[in-house]
Amino acid sequence: MSSNAAAPFWRAAGMTYITYSNICANLVRNCLKEPYKTEAISRERVHFAVSKWAEGKPEKPTIRSDTPEA
Amino acid sequence: MLRRATTLLTRSTIPLRARPFSTDVAETAPADSTFSDAWKKVVPHIDPPRTPLTFMKPRPVTPSSIPTKLTVNFVLPYASELSAKEVDMVIIPASTGHMGVLPGHVATIAELKPGVMSVHEGADVTKYFVSSGFAFIHANSIADIIAVEAVPLDRVDASLVQKGLAEFTQKLNSASTDLEKAEAQIGVDVHSALNSALTG
Repeated sequence: MSSNAAAPFWRAAGMTYITYSNICANLVRNCLKEPYKTEAISRERVHFAVSKWAEGKPEKPTIRSDTPEA
Repeated sequence: MLRRATTLLTRSTIPLRARPFSTDVAETAPADSTFSDAWKKVVPHIDPPRTPLTFMKPRPVTPSSIPTKLTVNFVLPYASELSAKEVDMVIIPASTGHMGVLPGHVATIAELKPGVMSVHEGADVTKYFVSSGFAFIHANSIADIIAVEAVPLDRVDASLVQKGLAEFTQKLNSASTDLEKAEAQIGVDVHSALNSALTG
């Protein structure tokens, strides 16, 4: 139906829209003035533990976090 | 050859049973009458259960005359900046260029690029720098604008923007893989948009 229109440069380099959008948002957050910058960065902080399962049992979880390990 | 011309000319151009398009949503959710009748026969004293369709608000009707104001819903993942606010115009930074949206604008879906969005209400103009997102303009003059990050321009630090621009221009020159080039290019685009937003 529609031919493949010229893809945006980030799509041509293998990046998805979500990755592009998140990179843009992070760059904007890093350019904010002080109280807003720390607010924005702390709001977007993530912390989660991922564990793979093998033979019905969870293996040791890997922690992915923006806060350094206490 | 033209024996049937009169028949062909006088036949109705409207198809005999005009079928509605499947994408048209009914304006009021239809309540299933066969179900409610069967229910009432078995359990007359309890109301029939409501189905999910009856809970959904039907699509608002497109008014036949152009409304005087545009209703804007501007949302971010963590906050609802503007919620059903009636304004005169919004200028959105679409990837095809800055686009002014007035009441009665044709239904459009626009991908936004990093840039300034301005909301015009009478004599007030509120500007936000939008990192990226989408704008859905519906036929009934309701605009839904969604962005990942949007900040008023006075919260942006000019020196950090300059530093970022210099850093990414340098990264763009020294990038080797496609992905690095793309990331550096994104950095240059965002910082130059921030720069022109602050100076423009």
